[in-house]
Amino acid sequence: MSSTLQAPATGATPASLEAAFARHLEECRQLPDWWLEMKRSAFERYRSLPMPSRKDQSWRFSRLRGLELDRFDFNSTTPAADHAGLIARSNLVSRTAGSMVFSDDRLIHNQPVAAELAAQGVVWEPIADALQQHRELLQEYFMAQDPRLGSEKFAALHTAFVNAGCLLYIPKGVEVELPFIAYHWASVAGGTVLPHTLVIAEESARLTLVDAFFAADRSAPHFACGFNHIFAGDNAEVQYYSLQDWSRRAVGFQINSLVTGRDARIKSLGINTGCSHFRGEHQSLLQGAGSHVDMFSLSVASGEQEMDQRTLQRHLAPNATSDLLFKNALSDASRTIFSGLIEVAEAAQQTDAYQTNRNLLLSPEAEANSLPGLEIHANDVKCSHGATTGQIDESEMFYMLSRGIPLNKARELLVFGFFEEVIGNIDEDEMADNVRALIERKFHEDASAQ
Amino acid sequence: MSTTAPTPSFDLNRDIGDFSYPESHKFDAGAGLSERTIDYICDVKGEDDWIRAFRKKALQVFLSKPLPTHWASRDLETINFDKIRYYLSSGQQPKRTWNEVPDDIKQTFERLGIPENERKFLAGVEAQFDSEAAYSNIKEAVGKQGVIFVGSTEGLMKHPEIFRKFFGKVIPTGDNKFSALNSAVFSGGSFIYVPPGVKVKHPLQAYFRINAENFGQFERTLIIADEGSEVTYMEGCTAPKFGTATLHSAVVELVALKGAKIEYITVQNWSANVFNLVTKRAMAEEEAVVKWIDCNIGSRLTMKYPGVVLKGRKARGEVLSIALANDGQHQDTGAKMIHAADETTSNIISKSISIGQGRSSYRGMVHIPKHLSGCKNNTECDALLINTNSRTDTYPAITVRGNRNSVQHEASVSKVSADQIFYMQQRGLSEAEAMSLSVNGFVNDLTRQFPMEYSVELKRLIDLEMEGSVG
Repeated sequence: MSSTLQAPATGATPASLEAAFARHLEECRQLPDWWLEMKRSAFERYRSLPMPSRKDQSWRFSRLRGLELDRFDFNSTTPAADHAGLIARSNLVSRTAGSMVFSDDRLIHNQPVAAELAAQGVVWEPIADALQQHRELLQEYFMAQDPRLGSEKFAALHTAFVNAGCLLYIPKGVEVELPFIAYHWASVAGGTVLPHTLVIAEESARLTLVDAFFAADRSAPHFACGFNHIFAGDNAEVQYYSLQDWSRRAVGFQINSLVTGRDARIKSLGINTGCSHFRGEHQSLLQGAGSHVDMFSLSVASGEQEMDQRTLQRHLAPNATSDLLFKNALSDASRTIFSGLIEVAEAAQQTDAYQTNRNLLLSPEAEANSLPGLEIHANDVKCSHGATTGQIDESEMFYMLSRGIPLNKARELLVFGFFEEVIGNIDEDEMADNVRALIERKFHEDASAQ
Repeated sequence: MSTTAPTPSFDLNRDIGDFSYPESHKFDAGAGLSERTIDYICDVKGEDDWIRAFRKKALQVFLSKPLPTHWASRDLETINFDKIRYYLSSGQQPKRTWNEVPDDIKQTFERLGIPENERKFLAGVEAQFDSEAAYSNIKEAVGKQGVIFVGSTEGLMKHPEIFRKFFGKVIPTGDNKFSALNSAVFSGGSFIYVPPGVKVKHPLQAYFRINAENFGQFERTLIIADEGSEVTYMEGCTAPKFGTATLHSAVVELVALKGAKIEYITVQNWSANVFNLVTKRAMAEEEAVVKWIDCNIGSRLTMKYPGVVLKGRKARGEVLSIALANDGQHQDTGAKMIHAADETTSNIISKSISIGQGRSSYRGMVHIPKHLSGCKNNTECDALLINTNSRTDTYPAITVRGNRNSVQHEASVSKVSADQIFYMQQRGLSEAEAMSLSVNGFVNDLTRQFPMEYSVELKRLIDLEMEGSVG
């Protein structure tokens, strides 16, 4: 057990958190009663659920540091003077179908959808606004998938305090070419952000959405607890990208849930560079026959960062396929945990599911933990997983050096080659280039910090 | 995630055969586990006081540890520790006659080609298998080379200078709840010491000295291979063993000193109501090689993860395992490789077959802590599912620190290819024969490494288990 986990197992929720919740309710008192009631019962659930412990299989190897939530301000607000600067820095993709910028959970910029899309019934709204007009959508889909990978307590916390986020609804048959993007900034030092993204794609709809998680000051501490839920209807196609670059001292949770209808296709791709302790949970529910899910992730960890990611590919329907590739590059004394599970139900015959975890260790102090799992209840399936942990290939390095490429440059090229297998799956070229630049910046920052 | 609800309606009392225990025996400890049970065992066996103290301490550890149901099957909760008899002296062995042995068991013996005199022992008709002559011969043969091959109590009493040093060191009492239980009530098993440079030609078989004790319930085995020596040890047999207890909890410790080689072969086929919860671990010093070959068939729940602690430079550990789970059975097996020195290598190959509603799980641990270099691990797990409701799981855990080691893990799940079956049926084989052939092909590269008689029996056994699973 980690000695730094101070929070008691059950019961005593810090007094400051109780007070923060009362203030939060006060702040959103104009919102509908059912919403406030849901928040109250969520906070009740948060109180009653135990803090995770490493004895839970879903928290095995986790350090569980930094979860003393009383050190964070759950009612933080960004000074108005900072808004313009943050909006200007929200420039990952230049042409979008709609974009929103939140800072410390307050909406500071909103580019609505074009009139033409709105006329087709596309909904792109901050959740607070959607509560009035799209109540039935929220009641049906908001947090409708329970977390299955260990973060029940944090799901309750998220629901209790959620304020920021967007609802994207694409009606039947509507295809949107340009991406939607939501930027979430953590701005105040010691503050808290709880981003939420809810995507509902009706039958044969098509869309791309990007979540960008940034910190105004990349060295200030903050707490993040984000959830995104994506529902792809029959034959719908969804691409979801998330870029997590919270501050280097942040404690972050990001829980990702995908649900597919018949013949639906979802691609989910996450890049993680930020947080001192990051916990990512990614669950896919393949409940439509013939559906397909791709799950990609690239984590670049350095310093003392811990990137803890858990995945679940849950096959309930026949003929569905899923493919997962999680890559971690570890420098310094960083740690990563990959724990994946492919679950194939008895009814899910002809499933084709793969899971790959690759860890690249770049320093003698780095530690990679890998727990690739399978639970198969059907026999006519093709399932496999592979996990490798290793270092830069010596023969590749030799080849580079023998071509006159200096050692540092050769190393960088090989490491970037390792990243490219994930980054290459980003279909938005501009975003892919920005991701490369962001990782390069992190790499050089780390190099100059040494 | 990995737990299943316990099967409620299970009677832990033996339901095969009709046993009666003589009641008021002089040393009868009765059912259940207490200090009295331990005193009883120590008195009957005439053990030294330090062993008594060791057992009593282990009892406390056992009582204080919870069942590991936070990761293991909740089926463990159905074990009623108070109803189990922890030690039966020979006078208390349950009796039954050959006529009471179920017909299918008799047929199985027939099909497997088990010799007549062994059948009675295996069926529990005779509590003692008369192998005294065979044991004396082998003991004499290896004795000339200085090899000590004795029972656990005899080893601890007569050769404390050799065995006490390593007894309970590779697997400490508190390693897990069941190793603690074994430490408290162990009886039977083998203690073997192979002197430096001695290469034992013939495999030593537990078979040869199982006559003395209540075979295998809480057996304790310790094998020490001194520098540069080599030894192969075999336990179990392919025949279904209708033993006398529903809980088997063995502890096996292997110590391979510098440059030594130990190969430990297990083939077990428990009856379908047995909990088989075994702790097996080896310690390998510099350039030593330890190889576990493990074949698990039968039992209600087997939990067994042979491990190697690679303590010296260039030590090597290997686990080759085959598990076969039929209806109502759960084979929860795997391997542990703890790398604790530079340039250590390990290899795990696990193949499992699930038939009917059988469930087989692979659980593995590979640990390479920091500041080591040149360590390598290779893990392959392949699962074969025969019926639509068969189940398989894989739960490995791999930790690697530092950039000078490499680890790879691969697992796959498949069914018997329809093309193969079709091809064989074209050639005149029945569907069942084709299935058997295919399954035997799946495990063939592992069974080839088994001693001849084991691989032949194993093949027959797979044929038997496959019967009725198709069509």
